[in-house]
Amino acid sequence: MKILVAVKRVVDHNVRIRVRPDGTGVETTGVRMSMNPFCKHAVEAAVQLAEKGQASEVVIVSVGPKQSNDVILTALAMGAHRGILVETDAALETLTIAKLLAKVADEEQPDLILLGKQAVDDDSNHVGQMLAALTNRPQATFASEIVVKGSELEVTREVDYGRETIAVPLPAVVTADLRLNTPRNAALPMVMKARSKPLAVRPADTFGVDLTPRLTIEKISPPAERVPGKTVGSVADLASAIASEVNEMEAL
Amino acid sequence: MSVLLLADHDKGELSPATARLVAAANQLGPVDVLVVAENPGNIAASAAQIAGVRIVQVVKAAETAESITNSLESLAQRYQSVSASASSVGKDVIPRLAAKLDIQPVTDIVAIEGANRFTRPIYAGNALETVTDPQPKHLLTFRASAFRPAASGNAAPVENLDLSVTSAARFLAAHRTESDTPDLATAQIVIGGGVSVASAEGFQLIEKLGKTLGAAVGATRAAVDAGYAPNDWQIGQTGKIIAPDLYIAIGISGALQHLAGIQGAKKIFAINTDPEAPLVKIADVALIGDLFEIVPQLIAELEKSGIRKPQ
Repeated sequence: MKILVAVKRVVDHNVRIRVRPDGTGVETTGVRMSMNPFCKHAVEAAVQLAEKGQASEVVIVSVGPKQSNDVILTALAMGAHRGILVETDAALETLTIAKLLAKVADEEQPDLILLGKQAVDDDSNHVGQMLAALTNRPQATFASEIVVKGSELEVTREVDYGRETIAVPLPAVVTADLRLNTPRNAALPMVMKARSKPLAVRPADTFGVDLTPRLTIEKISPPAERVPGKTVGSVADLASAIASEVNEMEAL
Repeated sequence: MSVLLLADHDKGELSPATARLVAAANQLGPVDVLVVAENPGNIAASAAQIAGVRIVQVVKAAETAESITNSLESLAQRYQSVSASASSVGKDVIPRLAAKLDIQPVTDIVAIEGANRFTRPIYAGNALETVTDPQPKHLLTFRASAFRPAASGNAAPVENLDLSVTSAARFLAAHRTESDTPDLATAQIVIGGGVSVASAEGFQLIEKLGKTLGAAVGATRAAVDAGYAPNDWQIGQTGKIIAPDLYIAIGISGALQHLAGIQGAKKIFAINTDPEAPLVKIADVALIGDLFEIVPQLIAELEKSGIRKPQ
């Protein structure tokens, strides 16, 4: 089985972001960047399948600026075999990214495409589902467990009512949720070794995909600030504060 | 300018959030509801009662992403907007449909600013993005908790559609949490427990407080990861987004990803040993102390006063 894993470079999830005062976006200069956490779970799942002998090759692809090489190297250090950077400095919409990944999938013909379920910057949660449609594959999103059963996968998904297990025939697209596994931190020798693994860089405008955004972003604004509250001294005070809130609620 | 809205349902019943989604979709035009289910009868009948629904269309089919997407696709041509809840089903199917129709979707909408202007949260709700969508068709998901529910009392016609939809994926099994607490995403009061609750038994105390107040119960990712609470209780960037009138956070320090899920709460109360915890800092009312001492006393106080949320 050949696996293609798509990864994204995002503002590190522990950074408290700052909205630019002019409303044009979120400040990303001088901010620590790293691999999107969900993508790390996708890479880990692929590497574990390779270690179990269920996958023969794990190929990493990222769409983004030159610096996205860093997150591809992280994935290679975790145990993936080679990388592809689809390079662009433009901010692409999710549909455009899915179309570029579909072109890469056409070339690579992977049995399984793994992605994180969403990126923690735009929080879209689109690309896996779009890629499944564009490559005419079944999808298993929000995976917390993947079991290979012959030419099928049994995937347990985290859904609003709990969890559900579905069977998807390969080739398929799976997106990773946080409880799928615990991503490894690559040891130093692996990090050194990653630098010698193949990493192809290809300009995004050479794939025959229109990169023009469809939506117009009018403004990015900070959320309303919460007014600081008060500390009460006793359980009785807390209970009466709760009671007064409940009394103000309208019946639905 | 009509809108097709996919109905969410569970165990043969319409999701309680649907009235909120109808209200949201109705801001864009007349709303037709689509029900895709193996046993659609009760679901369609409930949907027909929501004010603002023009017609309920029913497809009897398996509930996989492919069969729902294919059902929506066969109707999409007639509508200017195709929409769903930003739930695990809506998130699964709307982007798949969008790619098939070559439309960039706008998802997780928390405010409708105009016929094609929408606001959605990004960066775990730490920023809000307002976009204009000039495309000929709009593919949308709405965050139910951000909208007030539509009234009931309607009697919209129900139409069965004879569509044959296929799906390569097959449903095998559901693993659900049996619980009689209210729906987290639409509850008026939510009690949340953090990793300091320290065990599944500890969460029974949180549930007891929930029962006292008629509240839904949630948990942080750390508490779910530790096995203290089931995954469908998780509140945060990747779990459920809540917008209750009152959120009571117990033993929760307030990671960015958890705060992302509670920003819609009108009032936040906190019980925590650490006065410097981020959640205590943003709380409207905080009580500093040990949750295992405070919560039983609180339950007793509330039971004594007979307080309970209006039904």
